[in-house]
This record gives sequence, C-alpha cells and structure tokens, in this order.
Amino acid sequence: MIRILSILVGLFFTVALAWSLLTGLLNFELPHTVEHEFHEHPKELHLASDGAFGKFDRQQLQRGFQVYKEVCAACHSLRHVAFRDLAALGYNEAEVKAIAVGYQVDGIDPNTGEATTRVGMPTDYFPLAFPNDVAARAANNNAIPPDLSLMTKARHNGAAYVYSLLSGYQDPPAALPEDNRPGEGLYYNPYFANLNLAMAPPLNEGIVSFGDGTKSTVEQMSKDVAAFLVWTAEPKLEKRKQTGLPVLGFLLFATILGFLSYKSIWADKKKKKG
Amino acid sequence: MSFPWANEYKPSHPFMQWMDDRLPLPRLVYNSVGAGYPVPRNLNYWWNFGFMALVCLIIQIVTGIILAMHFAANDTVAFDSVEHIMRDVNWGWLMRYVHANGAAAFFVVVYVHIFRGFYYGSYKAPREMVWLLGVVLFLLMMATAFMGYVLPWGQMSFWAAKVITGLFSAIPMVGEPLQQWLLGGFAPGNATLNRFFSLHYLLPFVIVGVVVLHIWALHIPGSSNPTGVPVKSESDTVPFFPYFIAKDGWTVGAFLFFLAAVTFYAPNMLGHPDNYIPANPMSTPAHIVPDWYFWPFYAILRAFTTDFFFIPAKLMGVLAMFGSILIWFLLPWLDKSPVRSASYRPLYRKFFYVLLVAMAVLFYCGGAPAEEPYVVISQIAAAYYFAHFLIILPIVSAIERPDPLPYSITEAVLGEDESAALSPAE
Repeated sequence: MIRILSILVGLFFTVALAWSLLTGLLNFELPHTVEHEFHEHPKELHLASDGAFGKFDRQQLQRGFQVYKEVCAACHSLRHVAFRDLAALGYNEAEVKAIAVGYQVDGIDPNTGEATTRVGMPTDYFPLAFPNDVAARAANNNAIPPDLSLMTKARHNGAAYVYSLLSGYQDPPAALPEDNRPGEGLYYNPYFANLNLAMAPPLNEGIVSFGDGTKSTVEQMSKDVAAFLVWTAEPKLEKRKQTGLPVLGFLLFATILGFLSYKSIWADKKKKKG
Repeated sequence: MSFPWANEYKPSHPFMQWMDDRLPLPRLVYNSVGAGYPVPRNLNYWWNFGFMALVCLIIQIVTGIILAMHFAANDTVAFDSVEHIMRDVNWGWLMRYVHANGAAAFFVVVYVHIFRGFYYGSYKAPREMVWLLGVVLFLLMMATAFMGYVLPWGQMSFWAAKVITGLFSAIPMVGEPLQQWLLGGFAPGNATLNRFFSLHYLLPFVIVGVVVLHIWALHIPGSSNPTGVPVKSESDTVPFFPYFIAKDGWTVGAFLFFLAAVTFYAPNMLGHPDNYIPANPMSTPAHIVPDWYFWPFYAILRAFTTDFFFIPAKLMGVLAMFGSILIWFLLPWLDKSPVRSASYRPLYRKFFYVLLVAMAVLFYCGGAPAEEPYVVISQIAAAYYFAHFLIILPIVSAIERPDPLPYSITEAVLGEDESAALSPAE
C-alpha cells in the first residue's frame, strides 16, 4: 500500500517537473546580456601576502596607506580600522600618534557636555568620510562610496579586483550599444559588474609622491592600495598563516602515529597474505 | 541489549567499584564506546564518518560557545561585533574560521554518512529507528546552520533569511501571517536576529539529545556492516575499544588535518563575498544563494517553474524541497529487498550511482544563477531524484535478483584463510 502511494507521489513530482521542463525547453534561451559580453575578469595580481608563507610587504602597505589617506579617504571610510592598528604597518608609537593627531574625531566638550570634535588618539577609529548615507549620496551624484575596510573580502578575487578596477578605466569600446554607454557622471570600466561606475578615475600618475622613492604610476598605486586593503580586511593574515604550519605539522604527525597504532592493533585481525 | 559475548565491565579500582554500585556511568561508557561494545570486524572506512560527525558537533559547540561570548545579537552591531571578534578578540579569528568551516565540514561528513546508509541499506530492519532519528538530526542541522548563517548580518544573511522564510509564504491561506510570525516583522530585523541567535544556541543541544537517542537505538541491534549479513558469532566482531577507537582516532586526525588546511589557508573559500557587506534591506544582491550545503535542495526548489494545474509553481517548489528530505523517512518501507548491501544488489547499485550523479548535478545547479541551461539541467536531475526514491526503489526491490551473500562476516573477511575455521560451522 505504502509503495503504491509512494509511486503516485513520485509520479506527481516527476510529471510536474516534466511539465516545467517541457515549457522550459519550448522557451529555451541562453541568457545574453551586454554585461556578459564586455565584462572582464580581474587581471592577475601577485602580492607578498599570497601563499602559505606569505608576509605583508610593509613598505608597500605604507605606500598603499598613503594613497588611501591622500586620495581614497576623500570619499571612502575605513571604519573597522583604528589608528593603533597601523603599528602593524611598521610605524612606531610616535608615528602612529602623529597620524592620529592629523584627524579630527567626534568628542564631547568636557565643560558643557556638548558634541564637539577633538584631535585623534591611537585608540580612535578612522573617522567616517560622510556622517550618513544621505550626505554621502548628496556629495556623490546619488552614489554611496562603500566602506573599504573589508573590500578585498567582499568581492570575488578581492585584491585583484581592486587593482584591476583602479587601473582599468578606459574609453568605451566602439561596439558597446548606446544603452550601455556611460551616462552623465558615469565612467566606463570593464571590471565593474555593470560596466559603468560612478567613481571618477581616482588615480593619476604622480598624484602622490612616495617617501621611499617608488614611482607613483597608476599601476603602482593600484597595486599598493590593493595590498593595503588586503591588510585592512584581514589584519591577522600573517598570524593565521604562521600558526597554520605548526598546526598542520602536528596533525600530520599525530595522524601518522594514529595510523601506525591502528595498524599494530589490527595486525591479528586482518587476513594473512598468501 | 548486546551480544552475549560482549565483555562485561569489571571495575579495577575500589573507587570505580564504589561508583559502579551507585551510578554506573563508567559502565555506560564501557558498554557504548569501550571494550563492552562488539562491532562487526569488517567495517570499511565509510563507517568512520559517524564518529567524525560527533567530533564536528563537539567542535561546533565549543567554538560556538566562545563566539557567543563576544557576539552581540542586535541588528545595529551584529556585523561589527563579528569584525571585533576577527580583529580584537584573542584568537577570535581562529574561533570564527573554525566555526564557519567546521559547519561546512560537518555537512560534508554527514552527507557521506547518509549516502553510506543509502548504499549499504543501513535504514533497513532492525535499524529503522536509527535511520529515522538520523533524518531528524539532518533536519535539525539544516535549521541550525541556516540560522547561524543569518547571525553575522551580512547581505547574504539578510537576504537568505528573507528568501527562506519567504518559502513559508507559499502555503495557502496562512502563508503570509506565518512568515511574519517567523520573522517577528514584515522583513528580517532585530526581532529575527534575536530569535535566530536564541534558537541557534538552543538547537545544538537538542541535536546532542537526539544524537544520544541515535546512538542508543544503534546499540540495540549493533552496527550494520558492508556485507549486510547479520552478526552470527563472536568471531564476526571485535570490541569497539581498542579496535575502532584506534581506527576512528587516525581518521579523525586526517579529518582535522583537512579542516585545519582549509581554516588556515582558504578560510573564505566556502563563504560568499557578499556576507562581508553589512545587511542592507534597500539593496538586493544579484544572486541570492544559501550556503553550499543547501544547494541540492535549493536547486529542487527552483526547478519548478510552471504552475501545475491549480498548484502555483512556488508552492510546488516548496512542497518538493521539503518533500525531498521528508521522503527519506519512508525509505525503510519503500525498499523491501531483504538484502541490505548494494554490493550484492547489481541493479540497485546502478541506480545508486545515478543518484550520486543527480545529486552532484543538483549541487552544481543550486549554486548557479537561476538561468538557462542550469534550470533545465536541474529539472532533469530533480525528476530523477524523486523517481529514484519513490518509483525506482520500490520496483527494483521487487524485481531484482541479488547476488549470493557470504555465509558470515568472518567468511567475508577471512575467506579460505585457515583461521576461518575459528567460526562455528552451521
């Protein structure tokens, strides 16, 4: 009885699926969008922090931070990062303090209790670029510049994506349909999901001058910012990779010992060879 | 119950004797995972995944309790508290990555455990109750994992909560109010996050309880085995300790190695980048996908694209998605073949492999965008999925001629080996 019922239920679902399949096949059409055709995958990017033994290149992070501070920070926040965290980039205590002092953060007037601003301290977080989303939209042609703290983890191929996007602005190809051409206040970038980006090309050659003498090409600055944002998204990356090796080594050793004891315990229970 | 030749617990220390007379806890342990539990000697490595699943559950509970000490279940700060764990809590990043990847590993292990049951007929008498409790465990795991996915309050968290609770809105009449009742509002919000956190903390302990029942029910008939032939004599079994403790021990070591490799070197491989964007009710992600372990069932949900007579497509999809797991409850009564192991069932074995392929296809399609050709492919695979359990299995078990079974487990292991003489002849 239960099997007859089950066959009926089975027929119900399979016939319904066959029905869907038939309609699907009759109207079968592979998706085709302009985005599919013109969108490009991120360019390859190799950073010192890649790989099992990867370590941050402090010089590069400092350059990336400088680009962020002098260019990106005009619109993009970094709200998960505190000034004290910058010590990981190789700055000493005095330098971190000096960086913090360069910022005004929200505070309270100790005498009146009213909201005011004060100079930053190492324990403060980077102040927001805009007080709220409405202000951000108003200043940016109705687009909200996203927070950058987690950007390299919040996009597929994070670091390569940031690097490609920043260095990937170009003139729209001639074959691009009229509807997909960048409108007022938009800029063509094949690495961006819908091809047209509200952010104007932020980097020009020489827009910052690096203290370590590195030439500030668009290519170089894009890489440095990407490397810096890998650090902001995952400040514990080095520690994670360094911890992993002894853990894996220990587990491998313990597993081999476990396997050998398993072999010796079972020796008398296995079929003899021959 | 156990086999008459099972070792009996004999306290060696006066304190253990004293304890055993008052609260026989050491005896319970001895009889369930010690030398007092005889296990078929021929279990292969597919039988190690049950123990691994238990290890996964313990890892999830331990890391989860620590994470809960630093997590704030409030929609304004939940996302930031996760970042606080990642950045400022000592070893917080490790706890979170182990918890997130541990959940994925738990599902890998449990899928293998379930498909081992399909292949070796572990659901058949006298182990129906073990199987039923196992399906309950799987459903509890899915509920727990789903709610855990919502807690970081990223974009995928928010939209997964909206889509999954939206499934209930397909139920006629009560659907909409039911969804609002589940969410505690018209859309996922603070009420949703709070109740999901509460339940995400509660359900693992319910799972522990059902695991105890699952193992208890298993210990009544004892473990099944790759031949499916019941245990006949003492030479068919070995005591759990030390034999299977040793085997489980080294496989758990290998499992932890893989878990650590992913946790330390590709911790975000299985996650979705969108979940590192804070939840935003005003912006819908391009492709909303659940975590990968739900993909086969998500593919079944989306395979129903047309109304079926008076039943709307959405309701059909929801019925099929829940039905696709609920039909596992009927398995012991759908498959009437007296032979358990697919090793001796040539016809069933072929269909089992087709099911594996269909499941793999559903996995792939569930994670792909809802567009052609994935929809058409998932419809074919989903149709096979239902046909396999509900139509093919009952018919195959009626018409199939199984291969001859070995006389006993000992014979299957030792064959013509002279020690086979140790087993009593019929």
